[in-house]
Amino acid sequence: MDGFGWDIILQSLPKLLEGLWVTAQLVLVSGLFGLLLALPLGIARSSPRPWVRALPFGYIFFFRGTPLLVQLFLIYYGLAQFEAIRQGPLWYLLREPYVCALLTFSLHTAAYIAEILRGALQAVPPGEVEAARAIGMGRWLTLRRVLLPRAAQIGLPAYGNEVILMVKGSALASTITLLDLTGMARTLIAGNYRAVEMFLAAGVLYLIFNWVLQRLFRLAERAMNRHLREPPRLVQQPVPRVPSGLDPPL
Amino acid sequence: MTGRDANGGAPMLSARDIRKRFGEVEVLKGVSVDAHPGDVITILGASGSGKSTFLRCLNFLETPTGGSVMLHGEPIVTRPDGEGNHQPRDRRQLRRLRARVGFVFQQFNLWPHMTVLGNVAEGPRQVLKTSRAEAEARALALLEKVGLAERANFYPAHLSGGQQQRAAIARTLAMDPELILFDEPTSALDPELVGEVLEVIRGLAREGRTMLIVTHEMGFAREVATRTMFLHEGLVEEDGDPEALFTQPESERLRQFLRRHLS
Repeated sequence: MDGFGWDIILQSLPKLLEGLWVTAQLVLVSGLFGLLLALPLGIARSSPRPWVRALPFGYIFFFRGTPLLVQLFLIYYGLAQFEAIRQGPLWYLLREPYVCALLTFSLHTAAYIAEILRGALQAVPPGEVEAARAIGMGRWLTLRRVLLPRAAQIGLPAYGNEVILMVKGSALASTITLLDLTGMARTLIAGNYRAVEMFLAAGVLYLIFNWVLQRLFRLAERAMNRHLREPPRLVQQPVPRVPSGLDPPL
Repeated sequence: MTGRDANGGAPMLSARDIRKRFGEVEVLKGVSVDAHPGDVITILGASGSGKSTFLRCLNFLETPTGGSVMLHGEPIVTRPDGEGNHQPRDRRQLRRLRARVGFVFQQFNLWPHMTVLGNVAEGPRQVLKTSRAEAEARALALLEKVGLAERANFYPAHLSGGQQQRAAIARTLAMDPELILFDEPTSALDPELVGEVLEVIRGLAREGRTMLIVTHEMGFAREVATRTMFLHEGLVEEDGDPEALFTQPESERLRQFLRRHLS
């Protein structure tokens, strides 16, 4: 075993890419489920009523305050302790490490996304909400048309950051037998004893994946912030007139 | 006070004894106003006199701690919330009434994620359930009326303050309000931009729109009003014909106020 094993890396690349694909699935699916779960949590967190805030507070307190690894073990090893779950209709799903990892990551990232959402909702200038109320919009309509779109713009960079943190956190999936990128690298090392090459290759693949994600989020930010970019041209075509009598001219 | 007789004397807006307390401070100590169709009521007062709070209480952007508001002869039903505020009891009623009362803010409060056209068409589309085509055609006509048709596709961030306020007025007009409340519509503007906004409001007055206007623009307040109110420390100090009020103020406080602001 002398010299750096470029050829080993090349040989292992298909397997490592397989692992990367598992990592990507874990991150993207949990990022999406986490976001869906975070919506009600974050909205409830920003409520002015203390009793509405309490439930998401407890949830966020637990999932932000304990290590992801502990949460993963609690779900992977813990759920099987319960007879009711083993006999339950979802056991065929919950016994799969893949499903356990997805579930844990979704619950975990939801807590962080909910906090991001709460901050973003509270950062929307109150005047914009008042303007919605003043034309007769109710809570739901205001949320849908003003608060959430504005919070999405404000919170998107922080959400992108959270997704990248989850890419790295997802390496923990390898501890419950999953062959994600890290798990695959460790499995390969068990056969070829090339720890440096394998982990280096895995690290580079993580870098590339995160770089792509960053670019995608940058594009999304640009699309969302088009209202701050250069102004459009003045409208040149003649203005269509409404039927007369609808609105008297000034 | 045009239109009063045509309407059989029923006020469009009737606020009785409005009170508002923030903690220990009572900002409004019982202010009443009646607005009849065609009335343009300008509300003057030093900062802290409660005039903006009063206006905000009229459509419950601020929940009053006392008094009652009647819009179009319909009282807004309220219930006390334990902290002394009179919370609106029927949210649906409040939404329905708010849709008929325009509110123009000092800080414009356009929605920055929508184009100017989107801002103006938003209320008709989402609240009045007008079709998109109809709402946008009408929005464009209103933008033309306030002189902004060529900037329909701009986002608010690319407009001057005066343009933003004119767009905000168009947004209010799009709801076809029977009454418009203006909360210091030019106070956030650079001096050279004040005129264009006042010109739009003057045009609305000429159309016979019913409006309550809180303003610091004295000449405008005198010229456009059918009636003027002067608030001082949460109470109506003087109330009446604008000419009389400006030329022969009865109270010493109004005299001082005018001396300071007319120089």
